[in-house]
Order: sequence, then structure tokens, then C-alpha cells
Amino acid sequence: MHSIQVIVGSSSGLHARPASLFVQAAARQPVKVTVGRPGQTPVDARSLLSVLALAAGRGDTLELSASGDGAQDSLRTLAELLAADLDAAA
Amino acid sequence: MSDLIRGIGVGTGSAAGPVARMAPPVPLPAPRAVADPAAEVAAVRAALGAVVTDLDERAARASGPGSEVLTAQAMMAADPVLADRAAELAEQGTDGAHALTTAFDGFRAALVAAGGYFAERAADLDDLRDRAVAHLLGLPVPGLPDPGHPYVLVADDLAPADTALLDPAQVLAVVTVRGGPTSHTAILAKALGVPAVVGCTGAMELADGRHVLVHGADGVVEPDPSPEALGRAAERERRRRELSAAVRGPGRTADGHPVALLVNLGAPHELAGAAAADAEGVGLFRTEFLFLDRAEAPGRAEQAAAYRKVFAAFAGRRVVVRTLDAGADKPLPFATSADEENPALGVRGLRTAARDPQLLETQLAAIAEAAEDSTAQVWVMAPMVSIPREAAEFAARVRAHGLPLAGAMIEVPAAALRTDRLAESCDFFSIGTNDLAQYAFAADRTLGTLAELLDPWQPALLGLVATAAEAAAAHGRPIGVCGEAAADPALALVLVGLGITSLSAAPAALPEVRAALAAHTLAQCRELAELALLADDAADARGKVRSHLAGR
Repeated sequence: MHSIQVIVGSSSGLHARPASLFVQAAARQPVKVTVGRPGQTPVDARSLLSVLALAAGRGDTLELSASGDGAQDSLRTLAELLAADLDAAA
Repeated sequence: MSDLIRGIGVGTGSAAGPVARMAPPVPLPAPRAVADPAAEVAAVRAALGAVVTDLDERAARASGPGSEVLTAQAMMAADPVLADRAAELAEQGTDGAHALTTAFDGFRAALVAAGGYFAERAADLDDLRDRAVAHLLGLPVPGLPDPGHPYVLVADDLAPADTALLDPAQVLAVVTVRGGPTSHTAILAKALGVPAVVGCTGAMELADGRHVLVHGADGVVEPDPSPEALGRAAERERRRRELSAAVRGPGRTADGHPVALLVNLGAPHELAGAAAADAEGVGLFRTEFLFLDRAEAPGRAEQAAAYRKVFAAFAGRRVVVRTLDAGADKPLPFATSADEENPALGVRGLRTAARDPQLLETQLAAIAEAAEDSTAQVWVMAPMVSIPREAAEFAARVRAHGLPLAGAMIEVPAAALRTDRLAESCDFFSIGTNDLAQYAFAADRTLGTLAELLDPWQPALLGLVATAAEAAAAHGRPIGVCGEAAADPALALVLVGLGITSLSAAPAALPEVRAALAAHTLAQCRELAELALLADDAADARGKVRSHLAGR
């Protein structure tokens, strides 16, 4: 099991467009990735509703976890996405 | 011929076509024992799949913001965790409808608990749940109809989410069972320029495909109209269009008294249409769109960029910017508190600036920055001003940013009664008749059942307008009306007679208002105003003015 912590970079938090982009990227990964606040039960990163329910704002820390082949690459890809300001990319 | 169905008319035109109903929400049936859990699981997954397909198809046909909304909803319906949860419940013996409802409601509760933007998505989930349950039960899917040809939309009432997706090329007229003259439906119909009848209880009986003739001016729906009735309506419609197309340019009465005709602007997608309209500028630029659906306020640069676009589109013309009107029906997590018992009477509009001065400072700085490199005449006004000191403090702040013209909205009766004192610091005024009616009549403007009290023809409301207009004139200050009242040609004449100097409405409403002004002198407008002020109630005022106009 690999884990990585990342700070949410989107200016308005992890909702709407940023959340959609993150969930779509998670669905493209070869391994199942979970996301959550450190110390709390994580949720499936492919679930838009679960990700929205995290109510993560800009500057919040989230933890991504995955295991299996390619887990580290997937975590790195998704962490970069979370750290970027996806609102600004619009 | 069938009996006429009556309601509250919106707009002045008429239109005929086949009814297409918006299917009502599907009530959840009583729980049912499940004999074949595997079949139930398949049905649940198929229902969710059908919702996704449906939304994806509609997203592909829509464009712009409408398409994005639909794509986001499709992604929610396609959520794998949602489907697994519903399937798991079905597997354990819950019937499909209840399995779907429980699964959706679990996420709904989590979003509501998250608050703010996240909580607003709860309505999306309710819509998706209703769609999925309808698919599962084989019932008509709730939501806007799509019969594939132009239609008269008949609905219980329209929510803002429905109205965003309405296609003006397909909707000939709108009839709703509920709603009042200032409901979302009425405002939308005016913006689209289609006739509507709201608060029309009898419309419940209109079946899909039945032909109706909708008269916006009289609030009448005529089922199965005769060819003669259709002919008469078409002829009137042709004359009406001819009349309003005949007059162009700045608004003025028959004797040359100028009345500025302006458009209301509230969202970026309206900008092109508003700028192309034959209007002297923007009478009400609502800035809330920049602030909605966000966890924190937009910064100065982002705001300035948005204002710059509007000022550029209206180069050389007037743009009246209203500063942020948060609160009441437009709560914002960073500006309003969620624990007010009565938000319409709470900390809203300019009152939020007392609590968080920086919000207004940033907005004024952004407006000033955008105005600097533009030829638009930028006027800035505050919503929800109640006392002269608020107006004076606001005006001082506006001028401190180098913006020359500061004004106040007249929406609170106290402000209307003290317009003379407000005029000591304000350069201009704008009357928001919808809120002024709500506060003058102690009637919640979102309640269809109070439609009569909220009618802009109410003589007491017109009395407040007259008081404010007289005081403004005494100080040489322009005073406009930017509520729904300005879109009614007959009422526009009354307002001008009361001393109103500009009218701001949806672009589609302006040609008829312009034509009405051009056909009447200021003295005639004053005569009509006198009739309306002395009437017993709104219906009497409307009736007296209309029959006077018809008698000419």
C-alpha cells in the first residue's frame, strides 16, 4: 500500500470542475485509488459524489492511497492534479 | 369551444400550439417484497444507466453552460459507489425504488452536512433520484419535455434549473399552475419574450398534445381554439410586432420627453444579446453571478476582467452596476450567515458591507479599474439602502475610488419615504419594484399565493414610487425603475407619469415599451398615473388604465 499527502490547490476547492477532472483521471488509472482526509476513512476516488462529500477546500490536506502495479505512478499523477489550480485552467 | 382557463398574464403577446407537459415528480410507491433479488439488482443498474444515457444525449445537444451542467449531472448518475450501494440494498431484498432512494439520500445527507456549494448540489441529487426511480417504474421521466416540435410548456411551476435549459426556439408559451407575477417563470418568460400565464390552477387538466391559445396580456388560456380565434390572435400579434418594430432609438414620449430605455443584465451569456438590443445602456447590471457557487469571493483582477467585458460591449453607453446583493434568496458562504430566521429581512445587500467592508472595497476597486480604460459611462449603486447615512457612506466610498456617479436602489419603503434626504448624497436612484412590493406589503415575493399583494399595479406601491420620484425630481436626480414593472407597456406609461426617468427591462420587452411611449404624451402619462394612484386595488388600477388606453 502506497500513500501520498497533497494540499488542494484549486482556488475554490474540490468541487464542480476540479472534482470532475480529478474523478475522471482516477477512473483512467490501472489501480483503485482512494482519497480522504488523513486519519479518516478514505473514499473511492472514482466516485464523484464521495469526492464531493469530502468538502475539501483550498489548502486542505488530502491523502491518496493505492496498491498494486503502477500504484506509485497513479498516485503521482493524481497528486499533481490535486495540487494544481484547476479553476485557473478553465 | 372549451371553457377559457384563467390565471395571471405575463407579457403582451399571444401564441398557439400543442401542449407538452412537464411530468410531475414520481411519488415513491409503498415498499414491496422482492422475489428475485438478481432481477432487482439488474433493474436498479439499468435505471441508473438510462439516466446517464439520457443526460449524455441532452448534453450533446445543448451548448455552453447548459451542456456543462448536464455533463456534471451525468457523472453523478454514473457514480460507481452510488450504483454499488443501490445494488447491494436490492441484493439484500429492498425493492428497486427504495434501494435507489436510500442510496441517493445517503449522499444527499453527506452533501447537506458539508454545507455551502456542496449543499446546493443536493437539489441535483433529488432530480437524479426522481429520474432513476421513474425509469425503474416505467413512468414518464420528470423534467422538461422534448416532443421534437415547438410546444406550449405546461408545468406545475418552473425551478431556476429548468429555466436555464429552456430552448426559446421550442417553447411557444409557458403556462404554470403555481407562481406569481414575480416568479422565476414570469421573469424567464419576459426574458425570452414569450407569453405566459402563471398561477393558472385550471392548467392541471390540460393533456399532452391538446391545442391551446395563450393570451399573455389577459392571462387567459383558450383550449381548442377555433380557426377564427387563431386568425384574430395572429392578426393582433402581427399588428403588435409591426407597431413595436416601427419605432427605434432612444425612448421618448409623443411630445419628446426623454425616458431612457435600458436593459437588465445578470449573466455573461446574456451579454451579447443585451449589447445588440436597441437600448441606451444597462439599467441594472447584477454582479452576483461572479460570486455564486463559490467558497470565497473572487479577487479584484478576476472581477475587473468580468466588468471590463461588459463595459467594452457597452462602450459609449451607460452601465449601472449594482454592487453585490447577497443574502435572502442569494446566500453566499463568505458574505451571509446561514442562521437568520428571516433572511429577506436580514443582513443582505449593502448591509453585508458593514460586516465585511473588504468585500465591497475589492468590488469597487475592480469596477474603477475596469472603468478606467473604458468609454462606458459607469454608474454604481448599492442594493438594500434603508437610511440616508448608509447612502452617504456608500457614495463616499464609491467616489473615493474615482467613480463619479453613486446611487442607491429604492427597495425599502423607508428609503422611498426619505428619497429627499438620500438625494443629498446620491447622484441617482433605481427602484426595484419587486422587493419594494415585498417590503411594503409584508408579502414574501417567492409565495405564489400572495401574488395579488405583489402585483406591481398596487396603488400603494405606485404611491411610494411617486413619493420617491417627486423627491428625486426636486433635487434634479434621475430615477429609474428596474423591476418587472418596467416591462409592462401600460404600467411603463404610468411610471413615466409618476416621474420615472428611465426604464430597465429584459431586451425582449423594450420594443413594445418604446412604442407605447412614442404613442402618448407626458400629459397623457400623468393622467394615467392619476387614474392608477386613485384606484382601489391592483386589478382596478390595471383595468382603469387599460380601458382608458383602449378608449383613445
